[in-house]
Amino acid sequence: MDSNDLKVNNSTLAGAAPRLELRDMTKIYPSVIANDSIDLKVAPGEIHAVLGENGAGKSTLMKAIYGVVKPDRGEILWEGKQLDIINPAYARKLGIGMVFQHFSLFETLTVAENISLAMDNKNDMETLCEEIITVSEKYGLPLDPKRMVHSLPVGLRQRVEIVRCLIQKPKLLIMDEPTSVLTPQAVRKMFETLRKLSQEGCSILYISHKLDEIQELCHTATIIRAGKVTGYAFPANETSASLARMMIGKELPVCTQDNPDLDGKNRLEVRCLCKTKSDQFGTNLNDISFTVRSGEILGIAGISGNGQRELTNAVVGEWLTPKPDDILICGKPAGHLDPGQRRKLGLGFVPEDRLGRGAVPGMNLMYNYLLTTHHHNLIKGGLICFKKAARFAKECVSSFDVKCGGIEDQITSLSGGNIQKFITGREILQNPDLIVMSQPTWGVDVGAANVIRQSIIDLRNKGTAVMVISEELDELFEICDRLMVIAKGHLSPSLNVCDTTKEEIGIWMSGMFPGGPVESMN
Amino acid sequence: MNPDTLINILVATIAAGTPLVYAALGELIVEKSGVLNLGVEGMMLVGAISGFITMAKTGSLLLAVSCGMLAGALMSLAFAVLTLTLMANQVASGLALTIFGTGLSAFMGIDYTSVALGGVSKVDIPVLSHIPILGRLVFSYDILVYFSLVLLVCVIWFLYKTRAGLILKAIGESPKSGHALGFSVIGIRYLAVLFGGAMAGLGGVYLSVAYTPMWVEGMVAGRGWVALALVVFATWRPARVLVGAYLFGGVTIAQFHIQGFGIEIPSQILSMLPYLATILVLVFISRDKNLIRLNSPASLGITFHPENN
Amino acid sequence: MRYFSPLIAALLMLLSGLLIFTVLGKNPGIAFHAFFIEPINDFYGLGELIIKASPLMLIGVGLAIGFKANIWNIGAEGQLAMGAVFGGGIAIYFNESTSVFILPAMFAGGIIGGMFWASIPAFLKTRFNANEILVSLMLNYVAILILSLLVHGPWKDPHGYGFPQSVLFSESALLPVLIEGTRLHAGVIISFAAIGVGWIFLLKSFIGYQLQVSGLAINAAAYAGFNYKKMIWIGLLAGGLTSGIAGVSEIAGPIGQLLPSVSPGYGFAAIIVAYVGRLHPGGIFLSSLLMALLYLGGESGQMNLDLPSAVTGVFQGMLLFYLLAADFLINFRIRLKSNPSLKGINS
Repeated sequence: MDSNDLKVNNSTLAGAAPRLELRDMTKIYPSVIANDSIDLKVAPGEIHAVLGENGAGKSTLMKAIYGVVKPDRGEILWEGKQLDIINPAYARKLGIGMVFQHFSLFETLTVAENISLAMDNKNDMETLCEEIITVSEKYGLPLDPKRMVHSLPVGLRQRVEIVRCLIQKPKLLIMDEPTSVLTPQAVRKMFETLRKLSQEGCSILYISHKLDEIQELCHTATIIRAGKVTGYAFPANETSASLARMMIGKELPVCTQDNPDLDGKNRLEVRCLCKTKSDQFGTNLNDISFTVRSGEILGIAGISGNGQRELTNAVVGEWLTPKPDDILICGKPAGHLDPGQRRKLGLGFVPEDRLGRGAVPGMNLMYNYLLTTHHHNLIKGGLICFKKAARFAKECVSSFDVKCGGIEDQITSLSGGNIQKFITGREILQNPDLIVMSQPTWGVDVGAANVIRQSIIDLRNKGTAVMVISEELDELFEICDRLMVIAKGHLSPSLNVCDTTKEEIGIWMSGMFPGGPVESMN
Repeated sequence: MNPDTLINILVATIAAGTPLVYAALGELIVEKSGVLNLGVEGMMLVGAISGFITMAKTGSLLLAVSCGMLAGALMSLAFAVLTLTLMANQVASGLALTIFGTGLSAFMGIDYTSVALGGVSKVDIPVLSHIPILGRLVFSYDILVYFSLVLLVCVIWFLYKTRAGLILKAIGESPKSGHALGFSVIGIRYLAVLFGGAMAGLGGVYLSVAYTPMWVEGMVAGRGWVALALVVFATWRPARVLVGAYLFGGVTIAQFHIQGFGIEIPSQILSMLPYLATILVLVFISRDKNLIRLNSPASLGITFHPENN
Repeated sequence: MRYFSPLIAALLMLLSGLLIFTVLGKNPGIAFHAFFIEPINDFYGLGELIIKASPLMLIGVGLAIGFKANIWNIGAEGQLAMGAVFGGGIAIYFNESTSVFILPAMFAGGIIGGMFWASIPAFLKTRFNANEILVSLMLNYVAILILSLLVHGPWKDPHGYGFPQSVLFSESALLPVLIEGTRLHAGVIISFAAIGVGWIFLLKSFIGYQLQVSGLAINAAAYAGFNYKKMIWIGLLAGGLTSGIAGVSEIAGPIGQLLPSVSPGYGFAAIIVAYVGRLHPGGIFLSSLLMALLYLGGESGQMNLDLPSAVTGVFQGMLLFYLLAADFLINFRIRLKSNPSLKGINS
């Protein structure tokens, strides 16, 4: 940010009436107060960050502004006038546009049809297509209106979301975690677009928990923790540490690291794995080879949708590989074995989807404990040994500080962080020789995330081979010994963490590594 | 074979396919919105008896059709309340509707069993109906047959040319996204379900008032289930529904004529053919995962919870 | 909590019944008595109740195993018919014999017949991804037509005056009567046993656990390494097995021969029984008794009150409707109490 931006900052903030003002915004759900008396002001042309951790209440607040959710208390003032935003169509009429974190796109329709659905005036398709081309090119995000959305990669899909808003000439643009699906280079490009909009007078509400981006892009910030505002700031004047303190109430915790053991045996070997995608929406795997040794943590970085799911499925056994020795677990061919059989070889797996995959909603903790541990002598003569299972489940709950009433509790009554701790604990307590973890701390509060990360390191120190797939570069740099990047189904060479930087990994994430797919940002 | 016989067969095929056209087009719209209503058989039966009673008492086709459609829509309303507002399981609710509708229709039809009506007269277009072969083949059906074709055109136009149709398809694919954009998922699904009920009722009326103008308990005889299969067979495309409906109608007709050709096949084997044909077609289209995914409404049968979004 | 909804549903159904009776011009009190009390007033009546409940609970347990895993076997009616065909075929072929092995052979035949018929949707689903609801449904009609074909044709009793029926089964092909003065037959014991076996299978066994996980969260089942194709086969064959046995029990019991129709819709009614019984063997036992009462009531109503027999279907449908509606109330209250976690993930 240079001084010119600062000048724009101050003048717009100085005298102009706020475009949007929130007073005492409150939204209460049966079990949690999502928003508690929040005040917020955004001036015309201002890029305003809403900073907070996952679960702080940011999304709920934005949904209230966009008319998806009705606040229980509080006022919304639009350009000085108090009004009720009753639904998204009304919000759009006012000039508010929203780019969702989880896209609201319809995959079997075209780009133009998707955009048309979010617009309320009846445009005929031809005019709309021309408008889409014009607007998308103007802001540096070109799109082909006739393409079906399901054929677009994730980055382009987000473009559709954005162009969908821009075409309606918004006065306020709300962006909810927009960079979670972009490479660092694409993020730069998006920031250019946003600055252009800001100069044209459009206000921007930028929701994120990424401190460095907010410092780079945003003029002002409101920090939210547990539903309440904990502070306002000019991000440019703050350090990461001070912003973090406001966000989580304390310094960002750091894990304790020991020196990795470099002489361990290979616990996982993947050899020249090739797999064609099973449906239109997947990614091919191209010639993937790597190993993970006992006593090391290998991190696989990459933007979601580049083959992580396919790779993980191949390693854990939800996909069988063409040749049995494409995958060796503890030296034994495993490509043809199902997950249960691979667990018997010493594999543990914490998936990124908690409820519905790692745990079964509708069952209590004890039954969920059985999910992957049953082969440890918990089945006799086809019948379940309930007493034994209960004992182990209780041990899991206490060792991993899972906050609950008891093992009879329904798993859905626990918070996300506690569910993740339970699942992680369940896998770790089986003393696996090899453990795979996918997005281990996604959507988890900071305290639980720390417990989980520390447990990963402790596991490594005991000699387990650990493979972590994550989108969070910070996390990977914090706990891993080695890093590789996956892009478009290709795996990069391996780098020691101490030999590389986030910038380099960021570049590699777009595919530009030795031996990788040559990708231009389209 | 006598050309006259061939014409008879073709004409009968069109008539036999017509109730399927109505019921399947109705269910197609319902499923496009993401809802699976297995109660088609029950709705057709209730529509059939309601229409029949109305026709017997008033002699007015218009009233009979309206009554049948209303009855079907009311039945589907119960289903809609259960599955859309009370969020019950769609499969169980649909089955309940069928069992209830079967019993209710038999109940209502007690005094009308095997009563015969006059039927519905064939349309008589001044010149066209009298053209030698073509006249009978194309221009001499009763009005309900022609109306089914009109309905087909309307459904095609609705789905592919209107914004409302686009919204319906979007909701069926991703109710979550539709909700986030501000569309009333539940409201739109209610309308779709009611339309499906009315159409099923109309198909039933056709059976009891025009096709075999008589009421017999359970006379829909499984056509409601065939209509369900037909929607899948047609990969949720209206024009294909028409083709499939006539194909299945044709199989039903064939069983009456095959014996006339001196082929000794027991009638039960012939009666089996439509069901076996449906299974074959189902297998054929289901094995291609891509075909199913691109053409079927992704949210079909899954209950939508507004507050979880 | 979850077990309240069947009670609420039953209550609502009874109230609606009183309403229907009144609307039909019958004195509600008298009608209620004739419909619900009269049939089970005496020992013989209780026997009839159990006879009717027997196939329902047997098939219901088999279906519940599949339903638990979200495998919808709608073809029980056809599987019952095929069980009757296979079992009845043996009885007819060996009509002259008095061997003690006839009955067991018939049951074996019934099991094979029912399982064979259920294996078709299982195969088509695992191999071709064909929807088992539609396939099993279509096969109902095919099976009933096959039965009709046989009874009108090759298996028609030559001394039966041309009526579509098979020869009457010989003594050795009939189930012995258990208690004098009733028609209670040994098939009832099989049904009771099925409840017990089902209870162990569903609630205590590892396969039961796998079925439950598969039904609740199919991705979790894949994650755990449970073989869903195996679940599909087990789920469908369980229904086929029990339906086949039920088919033989009917023809070797109360019916005593093969007829074009050997079941007044037990296969479909069992679906309701399984659901109302909450997919739990104990619940299924109770709900099968209730459904049996509805059948008997329909017959009694027809005889004593001039009510059409179709009223049974109306009651059965209503019961399921009310159950589904009552479920909502229970679930709604549960949802109000829990779930900070879901909010946390989404916000």
